[in-house]
Amino acid sequence: MEKPITKIKEGKKATIVRLIGGHGFQRRLRTMGIREGKVVEVVTRHPFGGPLVVEVDGRDTTIGRGMAERIIVKE
Amino acid sequence: MKKIVLMGNPNVGKSVVFSRLTGAKVIASNYPGTTVDFLKGKMRLDKETVEIIDAPGTYSLEPSNKAEEVAVKMLDQADLVINVVDATNLERNLFLTLELLEKNTPVVVALNIWDETKHIGISINVKKLEELLKVPVITTTAVTGEGIKELVSRLHEATSLGKINKPTKEEERWIAIGHIIKEVQNVTHRHHTIKDRIAEATIKPFTGIPIAVIVIFISFWIVRFIGENLIGYVFEPLFNLYRPIAMSISDWLGPGIFHDVLIGRLIEGEIDYGQSMGMLTTGLFVPFGMVLPYIIAFYLMLAILEDSGYLPRLATLTDNVFHKLGMHGHGIVPVFLGLGCNVPGALAARTLETRKQRFISATLMAIAVPCMAQIAMIFGILGPYGILYIFLVFGTLFIIYVIAGLILNRYVKGESPEIFLEIPPYRKPSIITILKKTWMRIRWFLTEAIPFLFLGVLLINILYVVGFLEWLGTAFAPVTEIWLGLPKESSIALLVGFLRKDLAVGMLLPLGMTPMQLVIATTILAIYFPCVATFAVLVKELGVKDMIKSTGIMIATALVVGSILRILLIVI
Repeated sequence: MEKPITKIKEGKKATIVRLIGGHGFQRRLRTMGIREGKVVEVVTRHPFGGPLVVEVDGRDTTIGRGMAERIIVKE
Repeated sequence: MKKIVLMGNPNVGKSVVFSRLTGAKVIASNYPGTTVDFLKGKMRLDKETVEIIDAPGTYSLEPSNKAEEVAVKMLDQADLVINVVDATNLERNLFLTLELLEKNTPVVVALNIWDETKHIGISINVKKLEELLKVPVITTTAVTGEGIKELVSRLHEATSLGKINKPTKEEERWIAIGHIIKEVQNVTHRHHTIKDRIAEATIKPFTGIPIAVIVIFISFWIVRFIGENLIGYVFEPLFNLYRPIAMSISDWLGPGIFHDVLIGRLIEGEIDYGQSMGMLTTGLFVPFGMVLPYIIAFYLMLAILEDSGYLPRLATLTDNVFHKLGMHGHGIVPVFLGLGCNVPGALAARTLETRKQRFISATLMAIAVPCMAQIAMIFGILGPYGILYIFLVFGTLFIIYVIAGLILNRYVKGESPEIFLEIPPYRKPSIITILKKTWMRIRWFLTEAIPFLFLGVLLINILYVVGFLEWLGTAFAPVTEIWLGLPKESSIALLVGFLRKDLAVGMLLPLGMTPMQLVIATTILAIYFPCVATFAVLVKELGVKDMIKSTGIMIATALVVGSILRILLIVI
């Protein structure tokens, strides 16, 4: 089932299906490794609406909660 | 002169490659028409001197911020590009490489951080990569210097493929990258190591926050340790050697205006570096003998935290708080730099993306982040009364930072985008890069801040001698006396604070105030206005209109906080 990456539990993996947003937004995510078809692991979710840390290709990236809502994944 | 530009993603060790290529003479400058700074150096190549430019890190040639814009502009002036690529993160890095290859500038690829690929089970077929990219690919480990010689010797092989590689669409580029990776890279799966576990612990909130507190505590302890020892074993002995020289200048000048300005008052017939207030006595001693040692220690520690990869983790951990104050985690950087000297702190605010974020970051820093000069003086003055009083000052400043931030976030118009930050793996910092970085910042302090400080003392002394400060002090006395409950003379110190915060704190000493009054005075001194050097930079960074707003906020905060503190600390 497709859902935003914010719904994935800590330590679990998922595959990116699509990015919702303008050209600039999508490009920024892709150049930092977050693109369709990639397997991501949610390293940690900071509480109280804080950022997510995700791992793609062995590299961590911090993403604000709002941006992360627009990354759609499939488990 | 030929120009070689280093281009690459952030965190690929580009500046380490840069410092390996260039000699000791490195200049930091602003890109014309912008506020983005970059490093420039020279090297000998085939009996010719060439210029090397370290462009800001960028993920693509379609910039998403000011620094990336500059990187793209630099590319247009380049005769040759060294594309520094992180070998442990090849796929992502190749996007920029392919974009560069579509341009008409010759490119050489430096496949950096090569040594680490073996440790983490990545093998790359360099020959094959060279064939596919059609430009020289040299493996380097800049931290140890491995491969740098070969890189230099193969610079002349650089080729431009602009005519072959037609500009492609973004999607096509990703497909091409997919093919290249499949052909050249082989990743053996590996299990998480202890190093990974530690890295994870420092970014998860429940373990990361306590670790962050410890790291910051230890850092400041080291800064204090280095600073105190530099003063005790280097700077104070130097100033003791200088004392007889200053005394003979004093004798030679005799009493008069020149003596008052240059040497100042003699305390029991001797020069007192702390209280004489002359340009050649206190004016030299405070910046060099008291502040500079801490600046050296502070920037050394900061460079270590930066280059080890800890700062992005700290930014992640603090993001939640900073986001509620209208910034994001990156807002920690201006705060940290500002603790050294507010001027670089104000400059660091520009790394935030929007006007709103920059305005809030700069204003809050000017209000609630005391610079090393002030911190040293606050410790000097309140230290004898006990750590509690020092804690009161810093605690108050912290609370002000948070409350003012919450208010500004609510009322300042504009966007505050979220954090989006790559977390580089922990790396052992390169000693030369750390020393170079520290030296660049110290040199910056020496050449940009010290002249202002010196001029400040001169102006204060002249205004004092002609009686202007007395007059102004009396005019402002009602504010300090009635509103803040401080002695009338402290108004002079507050006015001097605009020029020299550190000296102003020193001027509070002979007024015989109670510890609580000192707490109020030093806190107000920290809040109400930045020093003139910071002020000048802020006008440039924010523009006149925003700076007027910012100044209004500072003065209002000082008055409000001053009266609250008075009620809390003295009346009750």
